[in-house]
Amino acid sequence: MFSDYSWAELGAIFAMQGFAGLILFSVFVLMALGLAIIFGQMGVINMAHGEFMILGAYVTYMTSNVFAEYMPALFGIYFFIAMILAFIVSGTLGLLVEWGLIRHLYKRPLDTLLATWGLSLILQQTYRSIFGAREVGVSIPDWMMGSYALTWLIEIPINGMFVMTLALGISLAIWYLMYRSTWGRNVRAINQNRVMADAVGINTAWTDRLTFGIGCGVAGVAGSAFTMIGSTGPTAGQLYIVDTFLVVVFGGAGSLLGTIASAFSISQAQSIMEFFLSGSMAKVLTLLVVVGILMIRPQGLFSLKLRK
Amino acid sequence: MSDTENSNFPNGMSRRAMLAGTAALSASLFTPKGLRAQDYPTSEVNTTGLTITDDTVTIGILHSITGTMAISETGSVQAEKLAIEQINAQGGILGRKIEYIQEDGASDWPTFAEKARKLLVSDKVASVMGCWTSASRKAVLPVFEQHNGFLYYPTFYEGLEQSPNVIYTGQEATQQIIAGLNWVTETKGAKTFYLLGSDYIWPRTSNKIARAHIEKFMDGTSVVGEEYYPLGHTQFNSVINKIRLRRPDVIYAIVVGGSNVAFYKQLRAAGIDPAEESPIVLTISVTEDEIRGIGGENVDGAYACMKYFQSLENENNKAFVAAFKDMWGEDMVIGDVTQAAYLGPWLWKAAVEKAGSFDVDKVREASPGIELTSAPEGYVRVHENHHLWSKTRVGRARTDGQYDVVFETDDLVEPDPYPEGYQ
Amino acid sequence: MKSAAFMSRREVVGFALLAAIIFILLPVMLDGFRLNLFGKYLTYAFVAIGLALCWGAGGILSLGQGIFFGLGGYCMAMFLKLEASTPENTAIQSTPGIPDFMDWNQITELPAWWEPFYSLFFTLFAVVAVPVIFAFIISFAMFTRRVSGVYFAIITQAVVSILTILIIGQQGYTGGVNGITDLRTLNGWDIRTEEAKNTLYFVNGGLLFAVLFVAQYVRRSKLGRLLIAMRDQEDRVRFSGYNVASFKIFIFCLGAAFAGIGGAMFTLQVGFMSPSLIGIVPSIEMVIFCAVGGRLSIIGAVYGALLVNWAKTSFSESFPELWLLGLGGLFIAVVMFFPNGLAGIWAEKIEPRLLALWPGKAAPAEPAPKGTDAKTAAAE
Repeated sequence: MFSDYSWAELGAIFAMQGFAGLILFSVFVLMALGLAIIFGQMGVINMAHGEFMILGAYVTYMTSNVFAEYMPALFGIYFFIAMILAFIVSGTLGLLVEWGLIRHLYKRPLDTLLATWGLSLILQQTYRSIFGAREVGVSIPDWMMGSYALTWLIEIPINGMFVMTLALGISLAIWYLMYRSTWGRNVRAINQNRVMADAVGINTAWTDRLTFGIGCGVAGVAGSAFTMIGSTGPTAGQLYIVDTFLVVVFGGAGSLLGTIASAFSISQAQSIMEFFLSGSMAKVLTLLVVVGILMIRPQGLFSLKLRK
Repeated sequence: MSDTENSNFPNGMSRRAMLAGTAALSASLFTPKGLRAQDYPTSEVNTTGLTITDDTVTIGILHSITGTMAISETGSVQAEKLAIEQINAQGGILGRKIEYIQEDGASDWPTFAEKARKLLVSDKVASVMGCWTSASRKAVLPVFEQHNGFLYYPTFYEGLEQSPNVIYTGQEATQQIIAGLNWVTETKGAKTFYLLGSDYIWPRTSNKIARAHIEKFMDGTSVVGEEYYPLGHTQFNSVINKIRLRRPDVIYAIVVGGSNVAFYKQLRAAGIDPAEESPIVLTISVTEDEIRGIGGENVDGAYACMKYFQSLENENNKAFVAAFKDMWGEDMVIGDVTQAAYLGPWLWKAAVEKAGSFDVDKVREASPGIELTSAPEGYVRVHENHHLWSKTRVGRARTDGQYDVVFETDDLVEPDPYPEGYQ
Repeated sequence: MKSAAFMSRREVVGFALLAAIIFILLPVMLDGFRLNLFGKYLTYAFVAIGLALCWGAGGILSLGQGIFFGLGGYCMAMFLKLEASTPENTAIQSTPGIPDFMDWNQITELPAWWEPFYSLFFTLFAVVAVPVIFAFIISFAMFTRRVSGVYFAIITQAVVSILTILIIGQQGYTGGVNGITDLRTLNGWDIRTEEAKNTLYFVNGGLLFAVLFVAQYVRRSKLGRLLIAMRDQEDRVRFSGYNVASFKIFIFCLGAAFAGIGGAMFTLQVGFMSPSLIGIVPSIEMVIFCAVGGRLSIIGAVYGALLVNWAKTSFSESFPELWLLGLGGLFIAVVMFFPNGLAGIWAEKIEPRLLALWPGKAAPAEPAPKGTDAKTAAAE
């Protein structure tokens, strides 16, 4: 396979494959961070996570249309505004959902699974009714299309770099929030001992609500970023859920570092296998390996406590 | 319940405008005189107990209106309803107006089978326009064969089937693939091909035919890679790098659904611009409908091999597109499958008139040899194997979502669902 | 004090009522077409009963029952397909005597692992054994390491994904995304005729009751008590010396066996099997059948399966857009407002009023899951 290429070319190919792996890693991180925050804090898997992501994508779609019609000169920067809006809209919906639905089900994580699945069906139908059953095309500003030539052989997709930067930025922001803000401190306290945290005056209800909202907001930003690399339609959220859940569960509960490590390992494994094998086989093998490892070490890579 | 014939004009277009379009179309149609109901008494034209009266004949429409396939099948339903409207405006078939019963397959194959049974056994329809995916067709096929129904199936598919109870109005794989491969080799001098597809029967079977053609029937050409990704897969950077490694002249892509959108966006982002034609992107799975979701700017410059493009310049097509937009909205696009669905009712009408009866056995006997000169794609003829003789065309995608037709076979391509030498 | 009877009087009435509905009322009220539909719904009821045991009593939520339904269904489909692919029927193929989809994929002889399915005995055995073996592998690995709850549910989803990708991709051996279609006879008996479908309906009903009796026996046995105890306070049961893992494995495998039988009956009733019945979405829908009917009640599970499927068919005919909203709302409503489903509503609201009219022995109470209130616990 490699015989008739020069060293420079081979090097370039491997470098580009490495970047492909990093892009996949960033995609997983973006998908999974929002869910990991919620899962770590409340032990809840939000089956509607994909739909929150698509909400962010639809917000981006609407923003792009508004800018194209009313402010074409500013089209180049609309994406940043769209992402902020996506965070706010998804986050707000998350707050509402937590208030209306999730908080009644705290002791019953399995029931929350089902209730959030029901929510995902409702959201899908809502998107279908408002935006139509077809996928919508989101136009990207010109500067974000195409690739950047690092050297004359190595080309990196610009939207890939964007996704990587975004993933890094959001991870840092979450880390900062978790370890430097009041909210983060409250979350960590509640994680260690909810009853005591309540007793010392932390408003657990509001912290939970905010956590869910932030988790959903991050999902919205991820969905917004994915309009560059994937499709936006009412059922597009379903394409991401199995991978996202596995990354979160593999990473272990209550540990953001675990999520990142898990995203890294799964993405690298999949990316390397895709390079040497065919796509379907790579996917099946990756899933089998993850499930196999989970069967041996069910608490995930890093975990603060054994979850049941 | 089921949707009976109520013309719905979602944009409030006037019936007059629609009829005006029909008039243009019917002018080019061969309309035999004397097709009045009294020339064809019900007792003679309907000896198998179908739902036919002196004024009406009932057919079934069986597509997915809900579920993942609804996006694709909506166009087929719209085309079939347009054809029925136009046929009725001309006086119907054997003097009878067509009424239809519409059932929802809900993108679920058992549901397709059960609705097919309902249409044939309970509603006793004279024929059915329906299905889109091969899975839905496979699920209903035993029902049609057991109850002797007659199905008009519009989608381009993998072939390997030839049922006496189905007329396949879309191209089968050899029609779609071989002419396109020949064209890209001869016109563009392509030598190496990278085959890529979603992982299920249609892409795998099509690539098998493509590979056989490339390796055995063309000179100096070879396949340098073949890959499949699961349905719903969204990350293609690895395969794009592999493609870079192999440096093929042509990327032969049969990716479907959400993966389609992701693939073209990521291809573009990786610096491979189809418009630069290095490599050339040739596909059989992107119609005008799919470009809507992918975005014209991402697919601009790619070539697609179909039998119909909305931009075809002939009188039939202009009238058809105008009538379609009139009925369903100005911003509608019409892909290959939609046009094939439009042919269904017309082909059935022609067969019934030739047979002088609605009985399925007689219609089946009358079908081979039926010609349609009014088809928007130009001209089609029914083959004994129940597929259509049609031309193959290659189009180059534009940023506005339409195709420039760059090649058309001189002759009609014969359908060959069980190709020798390709197996 | 708990009665030692196999069934309390209440339950006898419940069983009798269900039998009357399935064997008498529905066949009289419905025409052949609709009765066939209900036959299909009954096959889903097998899965729901399994879940009522696994999840309602045992607290193990499996979002992957489609795996076992599909495996059982595919085993039966393989047998039927081989029977339909006699050399006479397949004379036009390049290799007569093998299923059509193998021929299209240029496979020239039957793979070795298809051979055993020529035998009806083996197939019937496989319909139960294959899902159980799969279930055993999955559950052994998980339960012995004390994984359950949400983790387990997600892993069942991953396994569903894997299986679906494999089946669709290996189209030469499995029929791919089209599934295995065009099934005709079972040991010479044509399953496509109207009479055959009616007969199958009654066979389904009969098998369903057999399964119900097995489930009832399990629940009334010491195992049943232990399951409920494990669901609510697993550690206490463990500290009392019981091997929690083996009980969980057993009940999960039993649920898988039921689902496999349901899948095989589905293949017979509908006439084909496809991977679309295995995926994530159908697997989660199977849970809602159980949830709506009442996860604590095996009879409720049957009603749930019948009702939700009937609603699905009716709604998707008349109000297709509303159906998804309705289904989503149903998930939420069941979880929030009536967690014990219809059986719970019956037990809490309707039955006390009926009993007031007609005094009888009070039924032994089955403890409800922790987190529900005392009123619900007293009923059921």
